Amino acid sequence: MVMRTESAAVPTRFAFIRFADFPVIPALILAGIGFVAVFANQLAPYDPEIGSLQLRFKPPAWQEGGSMAFLLGTDHVGRDVLSRLIFGARVSVIVGFTAVMVAGVMGTTLGIVSGYLGGWVDMVIMRLTDAWLALPALTFAIFLAAIVGPSELNIIIILGAVYWTRYARVIRGEVLSLKEREFVRLAIVAGCSKGTIMRRHILPNVINSAIVLGTLMLGVVVVTEASLSFLGVGVPPPKPAWGLMLADGKKGMMVGYWWLTVLPGCCIMLMVLSANLLGDWLRDKLDPQLRQL
Amino acid sequence: MKSYIARRLGYSMISILLLSVTIFMFVRLTGDPTTLLVEPGASQSEIEAIREQLGLDRPIWVQYATFMANLSMGDFGQSFYYRMPVSELYLSRLPNSLLLAACAMIFSLVIGIPSGVLAAVRVGRFWDKAGKVFALLGLSMPAFWVGLVMILFFSVFLEWLPSSGSGTVLHIIMPAFALGWYFAAAHMRLTRSSMLEVLGSEYVKLARLKGLPEAIVIAKHALKNAVIPVLTLAGINLVVMVNVAVVVETVFAWPGIGRLLYEGIAFRDFPVVQGVVILGGGMIVFVNLLIDILYAVIDPRIRLER
Repeated sequence: MVMRTESAAVPTRFAFIRFADFPVIPALILAGIGFVAVFANQLAPYDPEIGSLQLRFKPPAWQEGGSMAFLLGTDHVGRDVLSRLIFGARVSVIVGFTAVMVAGVMGTTLGIVSGYLGGWVDMVIMRLTDAWLALPALTFAIFLAAIVGPSELNIIIILGAVYWTRYARVIRGEVLSLKEREFVRLAIVAGCSKGTIMRRHILPNVINSAIVLGTLMLGVVVVTEASLSFLGVGVPPPKPAWGLMLADGKKGMMVGYWWLTVLPGCCIMLMVLSANLLGDWLRDKLDPQLRQL
Repeated sequence: MKSYIARRLGYSMISILLLSVTIFMFVRLTGDPTTLLVEPGASQSEIEAIREQLGLDRPIWVQYATFMANLSMGDFGQSFYYRMPVSELYLSRLPNSLLLAACAMIFSLVIGIPSGVLAAVRVGRFWDKAGKVFALLGLSMPAFWVGLVMILFFSVFLEWLPSSGSGTVLHIIMPAFALGWYFAAAHMRLTRSSMLEVLGSEYVKLARLKGLPEAIVIAKHALKNAVIPVLTLAGINLVVMVNVAVVVETVFAWPGIGRLLYEGIAFRDFPVVQGVVILGGGMIVFVNLLIDILYAVIDPRIRLER
């Protein structure tokens, strides 16, 4: 039996958010990246994976030697940079969002279980988290990539496996204080099982923190994906990923082909910056307790 | 207090032990190193001989026990690839890594603390907003991209600085900047919030009431206390820097620990990978332990819990 009177403890999630200082531009940028990712097939002027060697290293249209046919120029094998950036958005969006989801679901579940059950379960999960955190995220990801081989799906799993600890730590801390609260005790008295309490009473109270963390993690995950692709253990070529484009861009960098280095990085920065701004705002609105993070 | 330290120490040991098991299993999952060590077309018996020589033919738990036994005596084993002790390899790269991390740290503090103070003193005004933008950019730009753009600008277009390698003062400037950039933003944020807190406290008000000039109040009274948490974070970050520098090292071909680890993974050089990871993880666990103890000394509530 679930007592409705407890709902006072469950925050009415989005009802009282005031949109006065909503970060419009970051939200628009993120929405734009999402739009481009979905409609990449329609938007991109060329195939992102096929180029022509006669057309290699063409500068952007406004520069001398550039043409309107390739607005942002071409890369070292003559592929259209604009098309690759557009399809790269798809990679970043898919990898970013799914990896955050994977990490979030894993970390939140383990955090709740660890915090609520306590005892040896808590002990095991927290020591595991410590050991996990002792390994720098990037090193860990390189490792897993070397084991399972580079592919888009593997990158998602790797990033999820690397970053769940962040959620587990924070969520566990919140559960520790939540489980002493009146409404949880009442639920125990009412005869709810541990599973029900965790699912119906604890989870709704930590979901805000999970959402905030997820938004802030999006930036971290996108940068890590780009770093892995840059190091050659991320998304495998010839797939267009922004980090991979930066790695390829090194081939033309020393002769001054700046667009191959600057443009993909700008895309990464825009996405991460927007996610961070949106995350900061969400944190202030949904969960002021997290402010010190 | 003693039992608290003992318990924390125990936890740290468990973490290191877990880490060593994990890493030991992980490196062996990356594949067979002998295929990378023999000439192409080597016979099966030659491969077997190398496996035996490297001790890879024994059961995995025997390998682990031997590894741990040697480790407890400070022996990290021999590199498969370089054929020299891992500790020697590590020590040959460590000065480079420390130099890079130290320069990046100095840079991040020199930028981060003054700009944080400025933002706190002019809260809500121009410098605060400028600082906010700087912090957000710092936290949003991947370090390796900052490095690449710097190479493009300073090495290719202006031809002022060498694009890669190590050895002279000029070589360290760009890697240190690229690595320190992110941390400068983090240190700025913390200085600002810590400074704001101190500026609101009673003793700062008293110092002002005494009629001290504002500059002295800020520099002498407020900053001294505000800078403590920043230096704590900087201490942790120094260890973090040595461990995360791999991308920056790759961009600038800087011969540090990060590259050693990366190459170790690529060549399946098990002892190198195990050694570097355990030493790096050990540093992080050790610093965390120190902080835990330090906090317990400062705040008795922590050491009395449970």
